[in-house]
Amino acid sequence: MAGKPKLHYTKGRGKMESIRWLLAAAGVEFEEEYVETKEDLEKLRNDGALLFQQVPMVEIDGMKMVQTRAILSYIAGKHNLYGKDLRERALIDMYVEGTTDLMGMIMFLPFQPPEAKEKNFALIIERATTRYFPVYEKVLKEHSQQFLVGNQFSWADVHLLEAILMAEECKPDILSPFPQLQAFKGRISNIPTIKKFLQPGSQRKSPADDKHVAQVKKIFNI
Amino acid sequence: MWRLDKRKQKQGSMSGKPKLTYPNGRGRMESIRWLLAAAGVEFEEEFLETREQYQKLIKDGALLFDQVPLVEIDGMKMVQTRAILSYIAAKYNLYGKDLKERAFIDMYVEGTADLMGMIITFVFTPPQERNLALIIERATTRYFPVYEKVLKQHGQEFLVGNRFSWADVQLLEAILMVEEKEPTVLSKFPVLQAFKARISNIPTIKKFLQPGSQRKPPPDDQYVATVMAIFKKD
Repeated sequence: MAGKPKLHYTKGRGKMESIRWLLAAAGVEFEEEYVETKEDLEKLRNDGALLFQQVPMVEIDGMKMVQTRAILSYIAGKHNLYGKDLRERALIDMYVEGTTDLMGMIMFLPFQPPEAKEKNFALIIERATTRYFPVYEKVLKEHSQQFLVGNQFSWADVHLLEAILMAEECKPDILSPFPQLQAFKGRISNIPTIKKFLQPGSQRKSPADDKHVAQVKKIFNI
Repeated sequence: MWRLDKRKQKQGSMSGKPKLTYPNGRGRMESIRWLLAAAGVEFEEEFLETREQYQKLIKDGALLFDQVPLVEIDGMKMVQTRAILSYIAAKYNLYGKDLKERAFIDMYVEGTADLMGMIITFVFTPPQERNLALIIERATTRYFPVYEKVLKQHGQEFLVGNRFSWADVQLLEAILMVEEKEPTVLSKFPVLQAFKARISNIPTIKKFLQPGSQRKPPPDDQYVATVMAIFKKD
């Protein structure tokens, strides 16, 4: 009964992807139940399974957890990916909020009206290269440790790698001004649990295609 | 003496008190003011009034992601509202006693943050796109019923672990914000009405609710204009 965590979401990245990444990085096996239709979502709602009527929802340790950040914080705390003390946690929190903001922009891009897409795409590239990546580049350069915080692998590292790969999908050479991040990407990608997650056949999801976007719009009435 | 205080203010947290940098209004800093006040922590504030001030902060490297809120606390220049709130909550024992209680507090504050986020952005939404009805609907059908039920089911004074926490502070803040938009919004939520009265009477909260505290008023046109000018929001 204290089995594997069970994830409830659509069969795409969205807000659940960071949770998949973190569980995978922590070496935690998980199950997934996909919301594929509006009826699936309504059923979860009617069963009282969704605290605020929203997914992501993760069944874990007897709780039906909702709210992406709450879920991520819990997993990080449980699996020692949250630093060794309050100050390290503060740094990790700041860093993941930054990568969350960046990934949020990329996540919403397919759902923007066509006339706004080009402008928003340009903004994503600008933000990545002038607001976010320089910060992490500098952090790594200044302490020259392998990981962002406390010389120890943490949630912040997982999240940054996820953000880098998402940004590269937008613009493949986006890391060219950032040698530290290139090395970081190489290093973190080689951590066994992460390497496994990056291989075909893992539970990592693909970028949203038109079909998926249409499905999501239908399910959530967007 | 006042000159000494001004210099202390400019130099940041020399007094040891946290120092908040933000425009002189609620926005995303208000939840931080509430939490510090609830914890009985005195804090200083530097108000952003011009774009030049904001650009200077960026140029000085004070803003990790070029954004405020900024809170200088314990030698750190903290940014990102949630990171700041989590730090304060943990430091002042308002974050539950273990990982599971923290999980519940996190879920509950994310809910109230979402609700308050709708109200924060309301004044910055073009008038024809504003949807007050949606805010009230969300409050009365998605959020308040949850907290009403939580409190009713365990019959305790506080949301989590029978102890005052960040979740209680943020819920009170959310209730008061929605009431400003719709004074009767709690009419169907008797348990929340009692909660509101109870939490409002906690001495640190009571003090914060009194005139003259650092609590900020709802945004007016002047605040909106100032914010637009500082951040050139379009």
